[in-house]
Amino acid sequence: MFDAALFYLRPHVIITDPMNIYVCVKHVPDSAATIRIVEPNQIDENITFLLNPYDENAVEAAVQLKADSDDTDVIAVTVGKPAAIDTLKSALAMGADRGIHVVTGYWPDSIVTARALQAAIIKDGLPDLILTGKAAIDSDGYQTQFRLAAALDIPVATHVGSIARNDNSVTVTCGLEAGGEQVIRMRMPCVIGTAKTLNTPRYPTLPDIIKARKKEIREVSIDHLAIEPPDSRMEIIALKSAVQKRRKQMIAGSIEESVTELIRRLKGEARIPLS
Amino acid sequence: MEKIAILIETRQGEIKPSLYGVITAAQDAEHELLALAFGADTARFADQLKPYGIHHLVTITAPSARSFSNPDNRARAIIRAMDHFDIRTLFALTSLAGKDLLPRIAARLDAPLVMDCLAVNLVDSTVEKPQFSEKTIATIRVTGHHRIFGIRPNMIEPKTMPVETETVVFNYQGTADDRLEVVETRQGKSGAIDLSEAEIIISGGRGMKNGENFQILQECAQVMGAAVGASRVAVDNGWVPHSMQVGQTGTTVCPKLYIACGISGSIQHFAGMKTAGTIVCINTDPDAAMMQQCDYGIAGDLFKIIPALTRQLKAHR
Ligand SMILES: Cc1cc2nc3c(=O)[nH]c(=O)nc-3n(C[C@H](O)[C@H](O)[C@H](O)COP(=O)(O)OP(=O)(O)OC[C@H]3O[C@@H](n4cnc5c(N)ncnc54)[C@H](O)[C@@H]3O)c2cc1C
Ligand SMILES: Nc1ncnc2c1ncn2[C@@H]1O[C@H](COP(=O)(O)O)[C@@H](O)[C@H]1O
Repeated sequence: MFDAALFYLRPHVIITDPMNIYVCVKHVPDSAATIRIVEPNQIDENITFLLNPYDENAVEAAVQLKADSDDTDVIAVTVGKPAAIDTLKSALAMGADRGIHVVTGYWPDSIVTARALQAAIIKDGLPDLILTGKAAIDSDGYQTQFRLAAALDIPVATHVGSIARNDNSVTVTCGLEAGGEQVIRMRMPCVIGTAKTLNTPRYPTLPDIIKARKKEIREVSIDHLAIEPPDSRMEIIALKSAVQKRRKQMIAGSIEESVTELIRRLKGEARIPLS
Repeated sequence: MEKIAILIETRQGEIKPSLYGVITAAQDAEHELLALAFGADTARFADQLKPYGIHHLVTITAPSARSFSNPDNRARAIIRAMDHFDIRTLFALTSLAGKDLLPRIAARLDAPLVMDCLAVNLVDSTVEKPQFSEKTIATIRVTGHHRIFGIRPNMIEPKTMPVETETVVFNYQGTADDRLEVVETRQGKSGAIDLSEAEIIISGGRGMKNGENFQILQECAQVMGAAVGASRVAVDNGWVPHSMQVGQTGTTVCPKLYIACGISGSIQHFAGMKTAGTIVCINTDPDAAMMQQCDYGIAGDLFKIIPALTRQLKAHR
């Protein structure tokens, strides 16, 4: 079992040990792909899958933090079907040092995913920082980073637009509504969910991609992680296409006429309270 | 009777209008509804909540008012209140604040959580929510001792169900985890409506040509009480901040009315505004994808149409 006490000792040894940054990356359908439903609750996975766009920012942040300190290991971790190895390769091409693939035969919910990430990470080493995206664009869950932090009993912040590293803490800014911000300091180890504004993810060059081929990817079956089965579950029982019936009416005429007509229809048939 | 709680969210000290739809999602004659609100001054909300079926308004107080600026501490306070009142089901808005608070609570309770619910069925514990960039609607069944639902703003039309509302104070005595410390909080633009909750949005894309031209949209927005959004191209070109981006990698919005100006209608943009009630497309290109999936389209120059719209709306007032 995981020994939480080890984490509190961490600040004292941080100077001598390499810093371990774990980045959680999810293999998700390309946002441009056409989603076809093949079973009541399955999609046709014969489409392009990519590294989750928000996780690109997490990988970029890790690689930038590595550039700032001599002795840092960036480890990309994914939980997913065998095909998810491609997403690890993308992370390695962006500059992660090695990868861990928790191999599953299905796409687990975020409760199981977080347990698998936790188990895989503590089996591998002691994390100083764990980076995730703010959400996966397939499930739009917004929660795995929090569950992972709770499982490890370490602090977490999400929607992070800047990261500054101090000796044994990080200072991050989290987006609030209407452009507001909250500055949060967290003791390391901690979990950070990255926002799009954090950085611009690099495009790997061909040499980067070739170099990444030599990097190590460790595979472990989820069954070998001895995860305690949770009492709670979130289960997709049905999927349907989201088709919105739209009126598709073109409004023609002069500028003034068409605007008058638009306002009339918005107030009338669409019942919009235009003040 | 099972107890169900709704987390009250405020803007500038007042209940957010989009919150009443969240209460409606939880309304059910079989249940006792509690509203949870931070701070002693929220007791005055009782009158506003009465028509919507809230039996108890719980105002959560702490020895120091500042302690609730810490997100982790907020989560702990809610969990303590849920425990105290035997609340197993929690509803809140899928707002930016909700996206921080709800998963913190769910993670600590090891409870199932679904964000951005379009509809909730409490009897069989299922919800509907968009997945895969809004291309599908999933029915998700949640199982667990607790269950937590984040409701998409503006999705559920508020319904009244008047009851008597009693106010209860819950004093939270817990201390914050010193491993997470709030250094500073900078509030957003006062009075500005966050995109994710706006009822009317007018957005501009590449067709706006530059940042200054967004002023045309701002003026129109002011007349309509709307928020201004943008496509990624407008953000990437540095015309407007990322907080205004609608879409896959921006904000997901669900307004009653979405007016797209000079936006072609890419899949990633649609991913952020597909569930809008009514979509208006203003575009010089009658074949733009946005035109194919809108309710009302005007094929023309936004630089002529928007000022005319602003002028006519002003005249109507
Ligand atoms: C992973 C990923 C994530 C993405 N996330 C997002 C996202 O979150 N949000 C987003 O918006 N995009 C996103 N994109 C980008 C998206 O693919 C499109 O490139 C983008 O939405 C196009 O923006 P646009 O419609 O403003 O520009 P364009 O596609 O160039 O369209 C401009 C439109 O303006 C019209 N126009 C020009 N002049 C006028 C005028 N005077 N009057 C009226 N109309 C005029 C043109 O006819 C045209 O239809 C993402 C892409 C990827 C790959
Ligand atoms: N299967 C997975 N493997 C690795 N990381 C994941 C996985 N699922 C979610 N994550 C991480 O958790 C973040 C939030 O995911 P979600 O809660 O599903 O929206 C993502 O951006 C990833 O960084």
